Amino acid sequence: MEGAEEMKHILGMTHLAKEEIESLLDSASSFKEILLRPIKKVPTLRGRTVVHLFFEPSTRTKLSFELAAKRLSADTVSISSSMSSLVKGETLVDTARNVEAMKPDVVVMRHGHSGACHLLARHIGCSVINAGDGINEHPSQALLDMFTVLEHKGRIEGLKIAIVGDIAHSRVAHSDIIGFTRLGATVTVAGPGTFFPCCIEELGALRATSVEEALEGADVVMALRIQRERQGRALVPSFREYAAAYGINMERLRLAKPDAIVMHPGPINRGVEMSPDVADCGRSVILDQVTNGVAVRMALLAHVLAGADKE
Amino acid sequence: MERILLKGGRILDPSMEMDATGDLLIEDGLISAVGQGIKADGAVEVDVSGLWVCPGLVDLHVHLREPGEEYKETIESGTRAAAAGGFTSVACMPNTRPPNDNAGITRFIVERAREAGHCRVFPVACITKGQGGEELTEFADLLNAGAVAFSDDGLPVRDAGVMRMAMEYAAGLNTLLITHSEEPALSSGGCMNEGRMSTLLGLKGIPAAAEVIAIYRDVALAELTGCRLHVAHVSTAGGVEVVRRAKERGVAVTAETAPHYFSLTEEAVAGYNTSAKMNPPLRTEEDRLAVIQGLQDGTIDVIATDHAPHSVLEKDCAFEVAANGIVGLETALPLTLELCRNRDIEPLRAVELLSTAPARILGIQGGSLSPGSAADVVVIDPGEEFTLSSDKLFSKGKNSPFLGVRLQGRAVLTILSGRPAHDPLGMLDKD
Ligand SMILES: [Zn+2]
Repeated sequence: MEGAEEMKHILGMTHLAKEEIESLLDSASSFKEILLRPIKKVPTLRGRTVVHLFFEPSTRTKLSFELAAKRLSADTVSISSSMSSLVKGETLVDTARNVEAMKPDVVVMRHGHSGACHLLARHIGCSVINAGDGINEHPSQALLDMFTVLEHKGRIEGLKIAIVGDIAHSRVAHSDIIGFTRLGATVTVAGPGTFFPCCIEELGALRATSVEEALEGADVVMALRIQRERQGRALVPSFREYAAAYGINMERLRLAKPDAIVMHPGPINRGVEMSPDVADCGRSVILDQVTNGVAVRMALLAHVLAGADKE
Repeated sequence: MERILLKGGRILDPSMEMDATGDLLIEDGLISAVGQGIKADGAVEVDVSGLWVCPGLVDLHVHLREPGEEYKETIESGTRAAAAGGFTSVACMPNTRPPNDNAGITRFIVERAREAGHCRVFPVACITKGQGGEELTEFADLLNAGAVAFSDDGLPVRDAGVMRMAMEYAAGLNTLLITHSEEPALSSGGCMNEGRMSTLLGLKGIPAAAEVIAIYRDVALAELTGCRLHVAHVSTAGGVEVVRRAKERGVAVTAETAPHYFSLTEEAVAGYNTSAKMNPPLRTEEDRLAVIQGLQDGTIDVIATDHAPHSVLEKDCAFEVAANGIVGLETALPLTLELCRNRDIEPLRAVELLSTAPARILGIQGGSLSPGSAADVVVIDPGEEFTLSSDKLFSKGKNSPFLGVRLQGRAVLTILSGRPAHDPLGMLDKD
């Protein structure tokens, strides 16, 4: 496992410098061009093995990563929680050792515990990409959100981004706040008091006192999927109340800039965090987010393996 | 080895308010004389000039893991670590498997400790059967078997009514209750301090209020019942303040903190470092300074280690599921001496916090060099520097956030009842 220190990992937006993010977004845009060609495959990762290790159910992120790896001609292996022995008492460290025996070049992991990818990276001699860890980070989602904004707005610096929803329990929000602010945008968050972690300003976000305040003059409006309960406790009294007090509807959307775009990391609870007319309106870029996911993940896979010579 | 004469050391004994250069004579396991120019023909003479001579350290809060979790620590390995850290007495918490909630287990612990012979061990027994928080254990029977105090440490007693009953019962027996003060409704699911770092790391936090509220509840119950209460591991500024106000009102309350609460902050968790995970969690710089203030002004009476050995099984895993606790017996002394070097406290106060006060609170012998006392003595080299490495630890637990850290100050000789319990330099070797 020598040289493990120099191994490139993508553990979170917090570890990515501004220049690194910009270069990832650049290369995502080249990969997107490839995706628009009739033959969508390039040989970049031929002979490389990418293991997808998913300890939490996921459809879109897993499919997106798998497709990205295939488009780059990598060999892929998928292990999901139902197949994995982790649930039967095998520790994550044991799993890491077993996966290592497959000699992968990259492990893409989703895990329910914050920091699990950091642990994996310490114990495995290959690159690790975080596909979501607990309530910590989801860097590929943040990068595709940034990529989508860049496509529509031509820039990120100076934009006003409003994020409405459960910030405390959203790894997407966590990564988005870090990423967008690092590239010079202003991120304003709003939602009920139970949805905020302590010291939210430490992440670089501003907290608005109402959804209206957050949406005022926004270039980007993002709603997060709301889950009413966390650890058996209702964080909001009802979906009905949430939709009325915090949901993004057409009336509220009018507070944003006329050309503001609407985003959602999915899956949407229509009529709760976002009214159906907003989700389907011309300003919604939710489906672009899905397409761009593959391009961004191709960029991530290529990035962690760039310069890594196979021994 | 009948007679030992320690010559020319800095004698530090808070029980006699002594901080002076002098000699200490040990005869037949007892301290027979302290002072200047002591002569003793035929005694083993040890030149301890430049070193400190103190009453053996007393740790009011350790986890020895036996019976039940011998893979983490045994009474033998834990007490050996204690001797290496300068301790001659430790009080061990009852969260063993099974928990120490009956006289049979208490006697087993006492017997095992006697066989090992490295350090005196004083069992703390459970407040409630199986630490279940419902039914009181047989306090009187446990006291007869050798228990010195009662605690459900590791688990708070949830029900205030049960806690009240325990305090009334303890007060009737004039014994001590040690509380792990934590409000579970606020702490459950949390794995580190709630604050800046928990947000940055995406980990669920435990607010300081979980400790403050619980200490307040327990202090109010002590006030109501007249029970002697000792608050374990105070970690927050708010907790220090609650104890300070209670003492001002004359409540029979004492308090301890652990070296990590005045040495580290929540920043140590960065990188999901499970060696910095404990309960209560490491707090903020403001809390750390308040704890030091508490040590200075007497609000906090004791420095106890909360020595909590774990194996890699419990620590080499995701932060959220890692076990709470770090080993502390072999680092408490240098970390406390750091407070002296920073001029936060005087050396005599350090010895009081680590020896005299915990012995007094537990009502056990020790904590004093006065003639006639058992010869439990530690000789400290306050200047010795070393880098903590896991292979040098006597404890089976290697879970310390101080591994690889340069520390200063060490026990160079620990004497238990006049016999060497830890003598790495061979100071008491004959010839
Ligand atoms: Zn405790």
